[in-house]
Amino acid sequence: MSAAMPGRAPPKKREWSWRSGAFRGLVYQVLAVLVIGLALWFLVNNTLENMRARGIQSGFGFLTQPAGFDIGEGLIPYDALDPYWNAFLVGILNTLRVAIVGIVMATILGTLLGVGRFSRNAILRGLCYGYVELFRNIPVLLQLLVWYLVFTEILPPIAEPISVAGLFYLSKAGFSFPVPVWGLGQGLSAIGAVIGLAIAWGYRRWAQRQFELTGNARSLFLVPVAIVIGAALLGWILGGAPTAWSIPEPGGFVMEGGASATPEFLGVLLGLVFYTSAFIAEVVRAGIQSVSHGQVEAAGSLGLSRGQSMRLVILPQALRVIIPPMTSQYLNLTKNSSLAVAIGYPDVVSIANTSLNQTGRAVECIAIIMLVYLTTSLSTAAFMNWYNKRSAIKER
Amino acid sequence: MVKTTLKALCGGLVAAAALGVAPAHAGKTLDAIKSRGSVICGVNTGLAGFSQADDKGNWTGLDVDICRAIAAAVLGDGNKVKWVPLTAQQRFTALQSGEVDILSRNTTWTLSRDASLGMHFAGVTYYDGQGFMVPTKMKVKSAKQLKGATVCVQSGTTTEKNLTDYSRANGLNLKPVVFEKQEAATGAYFSGRCAAFTTDASGLASIRNKEAKDPKEHIILPELISKEPLGPAVRRGDDEWFAIAKWVVFGLVEAEEYGITQANVDKMMNESQDPVVMRITGKSEDTGKLLGLDKDWMVKAIKTVGNYGEIFERNVGPKTPLNLPRGTNELWNKGGLMYAPPVR
Repeated sequence: MSAAMPGRAPPKKREWSWRSGAFRGLVYQVLAVLVIGLALWFLVNNTLENMRARGIQSGFGFLTQPAGFDIGEGLIPYDALDPYWNAFLVGILNTLRVAIVGIVMATILGTLLGVGRFSRNAILRGLCYGYVELFRNIPVLLQLLVWYLVFTEILPPIAEPISVAGLFYLSKAGFSFPVPVWGLGQGLSAIGAVIGLAIAWGYRRWAQRQFELTGNARSLFLVPVAIVIGAALLGWILGGAPTAWSIPEPGGFVMEGGASATPEFLGVLLGLVFYTSAFIAEVVRAGIQSVSHGQVEAAGSLGLSRGQSMRLVILPQALRVIIPPMTSQYLNLTKNSSLAVAIGYPDVVSIANTSLNQTGRAVECIAIIMLVYLTTSLSTAAFMNWYNKRSAIKER
Repeated sequence: MVKTTLKALCGGLVAAAALGVAPAHAGKTLDAIKSRGSVICGVNTGLAGFSQADDKGNWTGLDVDICRAIAAAVLGDGNKVKWVPLTAQQRFTALQSGEVDILSRNTTWTLSRDASLGMHFAGVTYYDGQGFMVPTKMKVKSAKQLKGATVCVQSGTTTEKNLTDYSRANGLNLKPVVFEKQEAATGAYFSGRCAAFTTDASGLASIRNKEAKDPKEHIILPELISKEPLGPAVRRGDDEWFAIAKWVVFGLVEAEEYGITQANVDKMMNESQDPVVMRITGKSEDTGKLLGLDKDWMVKAIKTVGNYGEIFERNVGPKTPLNLPRGTNELWNKGGLMYAPPVR
């Protein structure tokens, strides 16, 4: 009955024999999955068996036990009596902090350097070239150690710091700077900035549409920036315009007040930024060179200035070439941040090391480190892939 | 062609898996050592007085001598030791995985290590406590004055936890800066990054003496903030080997108590009529047989490194650069804690 249904081709006959390519393919795939599964099972089972045989306790139960050790710096409040997972969280956030700040700074510096390679000024061009060759050819661990040495050996002790206007201090304890005392005014100001961002985004869309419709060019940069700043200011004034600042003051062992970046954080950050930006500069240079020269000439004949043609014509096209290798630079920077243990920055590896030694759960702690880096790397890659798709040529 | 290769590959993997699944049993460490002809000993990568290699690769130190004594008792030669320098983090994994036969690396005996790391501590060879070192010019007299100070510390030790406990108990708000390698931690301290450096008091003496430009520029504060009984450890699951390690350590202490030294051990063996000495030297009872060793196991050990007191004096005692007083490490009948159960 069903076979007689009109308008439908008879179903393809499956051939269950070795002669069928599809069948062979299926068998190979099932076999491959089986082998991988067996290998994994073997590894896990053998490890567990051996650990049991030697009386080594295992499991992730320790994560809810109190950690019992202090952490030098962190973004969230942490107490030594908090459980291990909280200590890990502090470490993960420290890793992310250095990675995110590092990525932003390395991108800015790297882009400037890459563009600088095309400068008409021979000295600037040479400097950029020299920078790239110097920093990408020195191992990153060495650079970290050098920066850390600069902070701890060369800078004055905390009792007699280098001071700028009595507001900024540079010493062996790191870089201290004043911060506003957090209050209602700052809170409203932050809310204002967020609202301002939304308005600015709406304005940009509207302005772009107006430009496409009427040809009237409106500023796409200055006005949105003014909107954000204005909204933030408005929030600040509404909150009573507080002007209280917490200003650092050198104490006996510590800087009282203000906020500080420790030499460990700065060492890791600068090491990673200077190293990675050299690679990013090369990626940017290659991207720019991949845009055909005709584009520059076309932009020139439209009357665009050199800066405009770089910003509006060349960089958007170069981006398509730049983004994929840039992604791997970002991933490298994040992963290289694990070298921070060498100079005492409490990143996730450092916390895991300490936990490993307090609890003896080697397999578990290493697994956590792997999971953290895998997750951050995959998320970074996913984001960059999305951005890559967005900036790819839209073929209509 | 492809098919056969694949089949062979799968077959091989399955076979390998089937063979490997059987749990690796503890094995007879002693047999392995005898057939190998050497004891594999995990030591510190470099801690003056405890384990340190000179420019010719000769290891010296208190922890090192314990391994030599065991090698001498088992193989009759204190030089038949393969040294494996280990960082604080590597040490337990190295012992668990069977990479070393014995871990003699200034390791603190604690409950959690004993109960959950698959190891047994074979006694205490040095009673230590954690202390602080600060630059003399800071004019700090007590650890309680270190309020808010940054403290350099090496990771992978009980030190971090002690530091936190002490900081909490005294409301000091100490900030640890944790380094993976000891050299990095001490380097940061000597550069002035940290107001203080903390580790076991013996370690402080060793570091001050070895790494400071002028040892007088640094003082060790009087407070000891923890108990750190240091001793050798063996892997679980081989009671025979555990007993050997334990009794060589006890034997060295017992030898000191009965006045048997490196110099007089032969004479004592042949002439002494003291029943205890005769037992230790294997002249009367064959204590070695009970452990699976030669009759003169202790004689060989003492000939190689001397008794416990001699080991102490040679490596860390008042005549050495470390200049550590005997203190709690004195024999029990002289006011210390060193007490060995009877060798009989």
